[in-house]
Amino acid sequence: MQHDAKSSSHAGLNVAVLVTVGRHPVTARARRADQDARAVEMALSLNDAAVRLVHAGGNGDDNEEALRGYLGMGIGEINLIKQASSADVVPALVTSLRDMAPQLVLTGTRAETGEGSGLVPYLLAEALGWPVISGLAQVESIEQGVATVLQALPRGKRRRLRVRLPAIATVDSSAPAARQSAFGPARRGELAARACASVPDELQEQWHVQPARKRPKRLKIVKSASARDRFKAAAAKADSGSGQLLSDVSPEQGAEAIFNLLKEEGVLR
Amino acid sequence: MLDTLLPILFFSALALAAIGAVRRVRLWRQGRPSPVPLMRGLAAMPRRYLVDLHHVVARDKRMSNTHVATAGGFVLAALLAIVVHGFGLDSAVLAWALLAATTCMFVGSLFVAKRRRNPPPRLSKGPWMRLPKSLIAFSLGVFLVTLPTAGILPEDAGSWVLALVLTGVVAWGLGELFFGMTWGGPMKHAFAGALHLAFHRRPERFSDKQGGEGRSTGLKALRLEDPKAKLGVEKPADFTWNQLLGFDACVQCGRCEAMCPAFAAGQPLNPKKLIQDMVVGMAGGSDARYAGSPYPGKPVGEHAGEPHGPIVARQGTALVDAETLWSCTTCRACVEECPMMIEHVDAIVDMRRFLTLEHGNTPNKGAEVLDNLIATDNPGGFDPGSRMHWAADLNLPLMADKRDAEVLLWLGDGVFDMRNQRTLRALVSVLRAAQVDFAVLGNEERDSGDVARRLGDEATFQTLAKRNIATLGQYRFARIVTCDPHSFHVLKNEYGELGGNYEVFHHSTYLNDLLENGKLSLKAWKGGLVTYHDPCYLGRYNGEYEAPRSVLKALGIEVEEMARSGYRSRCCGGGGGAPITDIPGKQRIPDMRMNDVRETGAELVAVGCPQCTAMLEGVVAPRAEIKDIAELVADALVIDATAEQGTSQDEATGKARRTAEEMTP
Repeated sequence: MQHDAKSSSHAGLNVAVLVTVGRHPVTARARRADQDARAVEMALSLNDAAVRLVHAGGNGDDNEEALRGYLGMGIGEINLIKQASSADVVPALVTSLRDMAPQLVLTGTRAETGEGSGLVPYLLAEALGWPVISGLAQVESIEQGVATVLQALPRGKRRRLRVRLPAIATVDSSAPAARQSAFGPARRGELAARACASVPDELQEQWHVQPARKRPKRLKIVKSASARDRFKAAAAKADSGSGQLLSDVSPEQGAEAIFNLLKEEGVLR
Repeated sequence: MLDTLLPILFFSALALAAIGAVRRVRLWRQGRPSPVPLMRGLAAMPRRYLVDLHHVVARDKRMSNTHVATAGGFVLAALLAIVVHGFGLDSAVLAWALLAATTCMFVGSLFVAKRRRNPPPRLSKGPWMRLPKSLIAFSLGVFLVTLPTAGILPEDAGSWVLALVLTGVVAWGLGELFFGMTWGGPMKHAFAGALHLAFHRRPERFSDKQGGEGRSTGLKALRLEDPKAKLGVEKPADFTWNQLLGFDACVQCGRCEAMCPAFAAGQPLNPKKLIQDMVVGMAGGSDARYAGSPYPGKPVGEHAGEPHGPIVARQGTALVDAETLWSCTTCRACVEECPMMIEHVDAIVDMRRFLTLEHGNTPNKGAEVLDNLIATDNPGGFDPGSRMHWAADLNLPLMADKRDAEVLLWLGDGVFDMRNQRTLRALVSVLRAAQVDFAVLGNEERDSGDVARRLGDEATFQTLAKRNIATLGQYRFARIVTCDPHSFHVLKNEYGELGGNYEVFHHSTYLNDLLENGKLSLKAWKGGLVTYHDPCYLGRYNGEYEAPRSVLKALGIEVEEMARSGYRSRCCGGGGGAPITDIPGKQRIPDMRMNDVRETGAELVAVGCPQCTAMLEGVVAPRAEIKDIAELVADALVIDATAEQGTSQDEATGKARRTAEEMTP
C-alpha cells in the first residue's frame, strides 16, 4: 500500500533507518530485529527515497550475519558505526545523523537485545531537537517537508498526524511485515565500517543484569453467554481507568494538562 | 534426369542440415559451461537410446513399434539413399535394402498418420500434424525413385513429368527430415535428442551392461563459495549448455502433461509447455507458435523471452510466471515418463533458486518457513529443545548417551506433528518388539533440509546438511532408518555431495528385512480392502516399490492396486514445498488422489510418508482411513514369550512361523 504514497514533491527524500541486531524469541539466535526490519520495509516502500541503514554497536561474527539480514532486503550497504560493547550509542548516532542530515529517521520501537528500553529514539530526538512519532503504521504522503502519517493506536485504531520534517519515527508490529531477506544480496552487500569514539555508558556498568524470571499469569475467567462478549473480553486491553481525552484544545491547554500529569505522577518535581 | 537431380537434392539438403546444425549448436552453447566426456558420451549414446530410452517408450507398445519401424526405417533409408542416390552407387543389393527400409518406414508412417487422425489432447498439433505426411512423402518418394536402380523398372520408365513430380515429393521429404531436423522442425527431436543422450547432465541415470539399473535423482548442489556469483537461473542462458540441449530434445509427446498432478489440478503448470518456453527463451521470441495445451488459466501468446532476458519478471510478464514454477510438487512423474530423459525438476529448482536466493520472493508461507528453518532448525518454528516432548514416556535411547548403536532412528520434523507422532510411536514399538539396537539423536537432530532445498534455498539446505553431517559424524551406527521418505532421500542421495555417506533405509524396507529374518510375528489381517499409495520420494526417487507391498503381504493384506501406482503413482500434493507455496488451482491434488483410492473401493489406504498422511487425511470424509505401514505392523504385532527371546530364534523357525501366521484366516 505504501507504493502509492504520494511523493511527487519530495524528490530525493533522505531516509535513515536505525537497525539493531535482533534475537529470535525461541532460540535466541541473532537475526534481523523484527521491528527494525519493518522500519526498513517502510523506508523501501517510500517512492524515490534514498534509504540509508545505520547500525551502531560492537560487531561480532553473529552480529555481522544478523546485519546481513537487512542487506538481503535489497540494500547495498549498512553504515556501521563501531562502538565498544559497553558504549552508549546515542552520542555516536547523534553525530552520525547530524552528518547525514536525513529528513526522516525510522527505527523499531525497541531493540530485541541490550537494554531494550525503547528510549533511543526519544534521546536522539531530544539531542537533535526533532519531533518523535511513535507507532508509525503508514506514511501516507510527504509534501513540502510535511509528512502525513498514520499512527497505530491500541486495538487497531489509527490516528492521522501531520509532522514537519525532519522527524524520528518508531515502527512497531502494526506496520507491514518485512520482505524476505535473500541470501545473494545479503552476502554481496557491504558493511561500511566507520570508527567513532565510544562514550562508555557509566550508569549501565553499575547495573546488575540477570534473566527475567517467568511469572505465572493469572487466568482471566470471563463469565459470559455469547461468543461476542468472550471475544471482546479477550481482545480488550486493560483499561487504566483514569486519564482524560483532550481534543480540540489549544497547544497551551494541552501542554498544561501534560505538565500537570507529569507532576501528579512524580516525574517532574 | 533423376540421376542428375537426386544427387543435387541430397547434397544440398545435407549441406543445409549441416548449416542448421552449427546454428543450433551455437544456440545451446549460450548456456553455462558444463564439462562432459565428449567421446565417451557419444560412444554410450546408442546403448542409452536402445535400452534406456526405449524402456520408457515401450510402456506404450503400439507407439514403440511405430517408432521402431519409422525411425529405424528412416535411419537405414537415409544412409542407403545417400550412398545409392547421392553418390549414385549402382548396386542392386543396396537398392533392394533401400526398398526394404523405405517400406518399413512407410508402414510406420501410416501408423503415425493414424494416430494423428484423432490425437489425444496431450499431443502438440501445429507442425507436428504435417509430420506423418512428410514421412510418407520421404518413404514413398525414395521407394519409387529406387525402383529403377533395383532393376524393377526400366531406367527410362515414365515421362519427365513423372520424374519431376517424384523429385518434388523426395524434396518435400528431405526438407522435413534433413533440413527440418536442424532448423527447428518436428524432426529436431532426433538430432537434439541423440546429442542430449550423449551429453546428458546425469550420465549416472542410465543403466549399464553390468545390470545396474541407473538412478540419479538427488539435486545437484549449488556452489556457494564465490560471493560474487549469481545464484540459480535467471535467464535461459544461465542454464548449462547441456540443459538447453535437453530442452531442445523435447518431442512434445505430452506424456509429462498427462502425468503432472499440478496440471491435472488446474494449477498453472504444464511440464511440456515449460520445456517449450525454455526453448523459446533460448532462441528468443514469443510462445505464440506453441501448439499444445497451455498452462491452465494462462492463454498462449502473452509471454516472450530472450536468451539474456529474465525468465521471471519482478513485475509484469516475461517468459514464465513465478506461480508456474511454484506449482511443481517435485514428484518427478514428468521425468519418469519423459522418453527424451529431460530433467524438468532440476530446471524448476534451478529457477526457484534464483527467485529465493536472489529475488527473495518465495510465495505465501515460503519466507516464514525458511526463516523458521534458519532460526529454529524446523519449518514450524517450534522450540528445537522440545523435539523429544512427544516421546517423554518412551524413554528412547539417545545417541549422545549410547554413542554407538546398530540403527540410528531418524525421526524427522514429524516429531512436532501429532498425527506423525502416532506413526513414530508405532515404529518404536515395532523396533522394540524386534529387539533392534537403536538410538535417536533427540534434540541434536535438525530438519534434513529437504523443504529448504525444494524451495530453492540452497544456502539453508547446505547449512542444515553440514550441521547434521557433523552431528552424525560423532556417533557410530551401521545404518539410518527413517519413516520420512523426504529425509530418506536427502540423507541417502543428497548428503553425499556434502560429505555425508550413509546406509539409509526407509522404515518399510527395514521392516521388510525384519520380517524376512523372522524378527517379528504378526497376527493375520482382519480388516477390509486395502490399497497402497506410493510416496514419490520413496518410489520414483529411490525405486522402492516392492518392500512396502511385501510388508503388507506379510500382514496378510492383498493390495488392491490403484490405476496409478508404482512408478506412475500420483503425487499426494505434499512434496516440493507445494503446501507452503500453495498456488491455487481448480481442485486439490490430494482430493484427486483420494478419488483414485475410492475407485478401488478400499476402506484403508496404507502410506509410508508423513506428508502423504497429512495431505490425504486432509481430504474431507467420507473417505478411506489412512494408516502408515508402521502402524499396521504395530497393530498386528504378536508379542509373546518366544518373540521376547528374539535373538535366540533362528531364522528358519521364524520364517516358518511367519508363513503359519499368514495362513490363519
